[in-house]
Amino acid sequence: MQLRINGTVHEVDVEDDMPLLWVLRDELGLTGTKYGCGIAQCGACTVHLDGVAVRSCQTWAVDAEGAEITTIEGLGTPDALNAVQAAWLTEQVAQCGYCQSGQIMQAASLLAENPNPTDPEIDDAMSGNLCRCGTYPRIRAAVKRAARMMEG
Amino acid sequence: MGRLKTIARRTFLIGSAAVVGGVAFGVYKVRKPHENPLTAEAGEAVLTPYVKITGDGITLITPRADSGQGVYHVQAALIAEELDVDLDQIKTDPGPPSPAYWNTALAAEAADFLVPAAGMMHNLAEGAVNSVMKVMGLQITGGSTTVPDQFDKLRHAGASARETIKALVSKREGVAIGDLTTRAGKVILPDGQEIPYTDLAADLADVEVVQDVPLREPSQWRYIGQPMQRIDMLAKSTGTQDYGIDAAVDGMVQATVLMNPAQGGGMADYDATEALSMRGVQAVVPITGGLGIVADNTWRAFRAAQAITVTWEAPSFPPEQADHWATLEAAFTPDAQDSRKRDDGDVDTALAEGDVLTAEYRAPYLAHAPLEPVNAIVRVDDDRAEVWTGTQIPRFIQANVSRITGIPADNVTVHALMMGGSFGHRLEDEVVKQATEIAMQMKGTPVKLALSREEDMLHDFPRQIAMARLRGTVANGQVAALDLGIAMPSVMASQLSRQNQSAPGPDSQIVAGAWDQPFAIPHQRVTGYRAPELAPISSWRSVGASTNGFFYNAALDELIDAAGADPLEERLRLCSDPLARRVLEAVAEMSGWSGIGGNGTGRGVALTKSFGVPCAQVIEVTGIDTGLRIDDVWVAAEVGRIVDPVNFENLVQGGVIYGLGHAMNSQITYAGGVAEQSNFDSNPGLRLSQSPRIMVRGLENGDRVLGIGEPPLPPAAPALAGAIWAATGMRLREMPFSKFLTFA
Repeated sequence: MQLRINGTVHEVDVEDDMPLLWVLRDELGLTGTKYGCGIAQCGACTVHLDGVAVRSCQTWAVDAEGAEITTIEGLGTPDALNAVQAAWLTEQVAQCGYCQSGQIMQAASLLAENPNPTDPEIDDAMSGNLCRCGTYPRIRAAVKRAARMMEG
Repeated sequence: MGRLKTIARRTFLIGSAAVVGGVAFGVYKVRKPHENPLTAEAGEAVLTPYVKITGDGITLITPRADSGQGVYHVQAALIAEELDVDLDQIKTDPGPPSPAYWNTALAAEAADFLVPAAGMMHNLAEGAVNSVMKVMGLQITGGSTTVPDQFDKLRHAGASARETIKALVSKREGVAIGDLTTRAGKVILPDGQEIPYTDLAADLADVEVVQDVPLREPSQWRYIGQPMQRIDMLAKSTGTQDYGIDAAVDGMVQATVLMNPAQGGGMADYDATEALSMRGVQAVVPITGGLGIVADNTWRAFRAAQAITVTWEAPSFPPEQADHWATLEAAFTPDAQDSRKRDDGDVDTALAEGDVLTAEYRAPYLAHAPLEPVNAIVRVDDDRAEVWTGTQIPRFIQANVSRITGIPADNVTVHALMMGGSFGHRLEDEVVKQATEIAMQMKGTPVKLALSREEDMLHDFPRQIAMARLRGTVANGQVAALDLGIAMPSVMASQLSRQNQSAPGPDSQIVAGAWDQPFAIPHQRVTGYRAPELAPISSWRSVGASTNGFFYNAALDELIDAAGADPLEERLRLCSDPLARRVLEAVAEMSGWSGIGGNGTGRGVALTKSFGVPCAQVIEVTGIDTGLRIDDVWVAAEVGRIVDPVNFENLVQGGVIYGLGHAMNSQITYAGGVAEQSNFDSNPGLRLSQSPRIMVRGLENGDRVLGIGEPPLPPAAPALAGAIWAATGMRLREMPFSKFLTFA
């Protein structure tokens, strides 16, 4: 099947029901998207399908065909940061950092839909993304900073 | 994709005495317990075991493992402080497992649990343990010891390297050393000419390393104490940080394991016919206690594991949770007494004279559950083996792979990779042993083993289960007597047994965070009771203090309430340690403390001194329509010296959240010998919507530099329990609190 990921079409030969997560990680080497739970409880595997955050561990490869798939690698790069990534860098959010790809993808989706979210809206959108290190105060600050950056 | 360039790492071959290219120099003489494990190739200079300079760049060796606490950054900053390099112009490398990197601070801590700790015996034994640790060269990350252990050591390494570089330039240019300055990785001559350190790499090979360089005064520090940009933050904000699970080696296969869900139990029989017929599955091989499933894709290995039928054997511990509690209940006996490290005043007389208040407290097993499941790549050849994994114990891994394969330890290479969290989980190395057993059955092929979340959580080696019993009295509005007994199995015995080590004598972790608290209650006794081994357990962030900080503070709260006193004021009155007192005063001032509140809003306070660090917290909660909401936490901790205030604040906030989340809603319980929680649906932790505001203050009044990874955790649960009491009148004596109320 053909998957369009970060603007590039990839031909992959996988089962229809292989989760997109494992196509990205093991078939294509896009390891910025993380495996944490496999049951949509942690959000570490969050990517965008047509700009909307989804859990790639619960998305069959076949269902991602035809969609524009964006991973953390496609959102921005160390040399060309997305505003959300820049906010994450400035707020120094990460500890172990393992959940942060998913947190950033979730936040980017939130801000695309709602450029100026309230505190309860941030809580609602981000509470599916688990951070075992407990960086939540900084995630909140970074989402708000990203919103200001995108506004300005 | 994080494909590891093994060829570039040959300078780090373990135990390699031969000097490739003939220019290794700089055996580290300042603290010379061990040979410099780094060897240099042509054009490279290895200045001390911590600094390597080549024509291309400067590499700082940061041997303590980074599980998210930022110690690669902190270690690099300590070297850079004296070496005069900028943090954006260096690379870091954890280096090879080597005795040169032994953990002195942990040896001091280890004395407490490895030997009988009493009186003079304790002092003698501590020295003895230090010697043993030196011989074994324990390169362990744990016990919040990285900063205490490395604070002077790494600065000395940087200073020695800097002065060696200056000596070379002085000789070559005919300029007095005193006329040379250094900045941003360059030597600056009196005429303004700048020579990059990297240009000197080849010549440095022939220079005698300058030793015993005095360290700079704090007033000259450029990094220490200042907010810094953590060196891993860019990679961790862009998905470009490679963790162990992202590593790849040419020709590797993807594997997982299917282990007896009752941890440690054996395997009687299995049928893998269906699994072997599935796409991409290459092999199913028996290993100790289960099976390795080898495939071409991790998900295919996971799915194949689910298609295997196995007959498992029973585990060696009691299968039902109730039996675990019953074992602890039965352990409060003189025969099981492990220690009585505190026995002030006359507790028996005091209890005989007053109305005795009694209470019982419980803390459950808890999974560490770092978000990155454990994983390892192992390749076994005929005469050598290579391991890539995120670990806190590289030296143990080297020894274990050697033992399993029969290959000499010198021929076992361990590459330490970035960890996606640990909380003590990666003090265990079962995943490496499993990968090694699989790799033994397919020699020459690198086997990448990744556990599913469920396999990982079922075999987490959880935090100890523990119970405490209080008897106490009050008199004249004050706490008069506190008699606390604590029962748990020995974490150290369980953990060390898996490394073929014994833990003779009392285990001070049974009473850590309780016997050593800075409160001068007139009659005070803390007794540790050692329960028999139950489920296998392991060090979980703050270890004994994670349960005992709750027990001690909760018991103190009940007595203070019985005395009719204020929990913060009475703690201040009882506080016998000036540094701890300042921490309590700090949270009183930060929170504007005026009592515990009531009518739906309540405040609690707790202080635990652990790992030498007194940490106090005030927590405020409010009852709302969806449950109890945690609004604010004010926290202060005394660490002597804060290396990076940004990282400090982040770690304190994270420690509070880890402590709160587990106290609220997490536990591991056993049924049929199997953990009943195997993923984050049944073991959720704290979510962002539940996260309180957390105000942090670090105090620097002490004269010892101490670590902050663990101390914020123990006071969180009891401060929350106190706030719940104040808000609702419910006295919670057992975690998780979600058994008794709903959190918003």
